[in-house]
Amino acid sequence: MSEKNRSRGEMVTFMLNGARVQADPGSSLLEAIRFYGLDIPTLCYDEGLTPYGACRLCVVEVGSGKREKLVASCVHPVREGLEVRTHSNRVLKTRKMILELLIARCPGSKKLQDMASELELKEIKFRPLNDDCILCGLCVRMCEEQMAARAIGFAGRGRDRYITTPFDMTSEECRKCGACMYICPACELRCQGTGAETVLCSGCINTEPVCASRYDDAMCFMVPCLSCVRTPEDVK
Amino acid sequence: MRKKNQTTFEGSRVDPIIDKYNAEQGSLISILQDIQAEYRYLPREALEHVARRLNIPVVQAFGVATFFRAFTLEPRGRQLIHVCMGTACHVRGSQNVLEEVERKLEIKAGGTTPDGEYTLETVNCVGACALGPVVIRNEEYLSHMTPTKVSGLLKKV
Ligand code: SF4
Ligand code: SF4
Ligand code: FES
Ligand code: FES
Repeated sequence: MSEKNRSRGEMVTFMLNGARVQADPGSSLLEAIRFYGLDIPTLCYDEGLTPYGACRLCVVEVGSGKREKLVASCVHPVREGLEVRTHSNRVLKTRKMILELLIARCPGSKKLQDMASELELKEIKFRPLNDDCILCGLCVRMCEEQMAARAIGFAGRGRDRYITTPFDMTSEECRKCGACMYICPACELRCQGTGAETVLCSGCINTEPVCASRYDDAMCFMVPCLSCVRTPEDVK
Repeated sequence: MRKKNQTTFEGSRVDPIIDKYNAEQGSLISILQDIQAEYRYLPREALEHVARRLNIPVVQAFGVATFFRAFTLEPRGRQLIHVCMGTACHVRGSQNVLEEVERKLEIKAGGTTPDGEYTLETVNCVGACALGPVVIRNEEYLSHMTPTKVSGLLKKV
């Protein structure tokens, strides 16, 4: 944030999917890309919090030839002359794979399921873990940076890493504001609409973009949409 | 559930350690190592005290303490027995050695004897495979262990 303010003035120029564009030097690739209206899915990013680079869903490809590589755009700064591709085959494939892994970990999350249907994920090749946390760290940063409570954090490591309060006990620092739950992408129950027994909430898989964004009470991306009166024909 | 934490931690043994590192946040790990050396484990009150003095969230101290295997939040025995269960030691029979220790001390790996004398843990290779099976008693490496040999090393509990 403070970086941003300091860097008013000279803009940097970089190549976004072949187009020459400009951005604030202090901004991250993700911010710059979103400024130009391109959609990059994210799970551990929030505008009001320090970027953390945990979910890796925001991958983009930078550089060319031998120096071509995948980076997490939320924690990668824009640089003069950088070549960025947001939807190359490699990026799309990687993004899907990452989402697949995340869903295998937390099939119960509606947010992940919705994202799966948007990215047209068709199957999950991994054994589901049925965990309820993807370790995105949003709750930890929310609690510390916005609520100034610093009540929760990571403990353990590797496959045993988890979110907890100190000593796994009720924390005195926590003021029960609920902000951690509000921001959590995983603790929302998935769409039960089709009574899906599979890992992927199958009602949403074969989708076209629908009216959901225009109907406040529409719950998901199903065609025909069950929660509003329009048919796919109307939508087109 | 936590009893409302009114325990005033008598920080006298901890404060000098923190002072030695000028209460620097970057020295958290060194401080915890020293405290662990002092108490043979990390008492909860000590962690809370360190967090307060370093002005870091308690949960951060807790996170570090649970991240490294060298730290433990449970009191350990006065003597620490490590039995190597790495591949080389395993094929030379460390399983029998471990079972003998478990039988003798009447605890399972990871446990501490009720009198607080021994803590038994396993490790996976300590880089001394040629000497296997290896048992480490209080940082002393004991080579070519057999159930009989190891049994003689332990006081009866
Ligand atoms: S409810 Fe407690 S843990 Fe969650 S953000 Fe608020 S203070 Fe932090
Ligand atoms: S509890 Fe939710 S917000 Fe916190 S790390 Fe896990 S998934 Fe992220
Ligand atoms: S949004 Fe960039 S890694 Fe999660
Ligand atoms: S396997 Fe025991 S020291 Fe290597």
